[in-house]
Amino acid sequence: MTPMSDVMVLLLTFFMLTSTFVKQEPIKVNTPGSVTEIKVPESNVIGVLVGNDGKVFMNMDKTTDVSAALSDVTGQFGISLTPQQQKKFLNDPNWGVPMNDLQSYLSLETVKMPEAIKKYGIPLDSVKGKTGDAAMSEFQIWIKAAKNANADAKIAIKADENTPYKTIKKIMSELQDMNENRYYLITQYKKVED
Amino acid sequence: MEMMTTNGKGGKSKQKKMNVRVDFTPMVDMMMLLITFFMLCTSLAKPQTMELSMPSNDKNLQDQDKSVTKESYTITIYCAADNQVYYVAGLVKPEDPTILKKTTWGSKGIRSVLYNHVTDDGTYPVQDVMKAKAELDKEKADVTKKMPDSIYNVRLNQIKAGILSDKKITTMTVIIKASDNATYKNLVDALDEMQICSIGKYVIDKLNQDDFTLLKKNNVKL
Repeated sequence: MTPMSDVMVLLLTFFMLTSTFVKQEPIKVNTPGSVTEIKVPESNVIGVLVGNDGKVFMNMDKTTDVSAALSDVTGQFGISLTPQQQKKFLNDPNWGVPMNDLQSYLSLETVKMPEAIKKYGIPLDSVKGKTGDAAMSEFQIWIKAAKNANADAKIAIKADENTPYKTIKKIMSELQDMNENRYYLITQYKKVED
Repeated sequence: MEMMTTNGKGGKSKQKKMNVRVDFTPMVDMMMLLITFFMLCTSLAKPQTMELSMPSNDKNLQDQDKSVTKESYTITIYCAADNQVYYVAGLVKPEDPTILKKTTWGSKGIRSVLYNHVTDDGTYPVQDVMKAKAELDKEKADVTKKMPDSIYNVRLNQIKAGILSDKKITTMTVIIKASDNATYKNLVDALDEMQICSIGKYVIDKLNQDDFTLLKKNNVKL
């Protein structure tokens, strides 16, 4: 029995040291493979999650930044959230509900939220009733708020390999419009084939 | 000691030895549980990333700021629907549909196109750069030299810019264009080829009218 428990302890230590916890994601994303060996930075990341049906979700690693961005955006849209709703928002690993549905979504029971968020996604179309420079999409408003909350944060796009290029193009050009020209594309490691 | 002397068969002393052994089974059970937990709830591989710098959308950019590359040093890659890939070596001339050539993804397709591209001057820019990179990698792998990453990156950037150890060459410029129905994987694959072929100058651009005309003449499914 002793050698067995020795092996167990070894395995356990290995898993504890080398692995990172999986973040719950509202949609399943299969990233494409690439040969690059650059790692994703661990902190100061604005994650943009793109599903193969074009739904966009966002996440940030620090809760303080998320709450700063949230109060910024809700202020712009004139939405006031109760402290309980704010807490629910901060507990979610990703956010991606259009502002019109945000309050009703945050009033749901906590167990129903992961199921409900799947049918939403941050809209990429410009907000209705605004023209010119003010015609930003909710996605751009979120990115701007996130950048204001943490100026050092880098944008990392994690998209499914079957996402149509149309969606990616839209996201890229929206980021370009706000002069965010440097970002990361998250991929899986793949060996170079000869 | 008294017991030992009174009991000749030593039954008591055996029991004493048994007490020293600790039962490990509950501990192993717990270990198993913990391992299963860690295996299921964590991920081992850290995802990789590509760093991407896009040109600014600013329309006020002066024309003189845009660098002009020589015709034969340019390749345009088109990612179309259904994982199809086409390329044009040189300038895109919509009036001549034969310049558009079809190829495949992977080492036998687009990579060999890039690798075997000959310029007007009879040089192979991609081959020269890749050979220089292979030499640099060999030097990096040499343990006796102990090359730090910072120096490696500086030299790699020099090679990508065309400054080789014995000569200075003009490097290739690749323009990647994707249609709406191409997938994100196609784009990443194209960017990957840039990484493998050590092409420093590449850009992701939108399809313009000339491209549409050319692709339509060749009946490419967009």
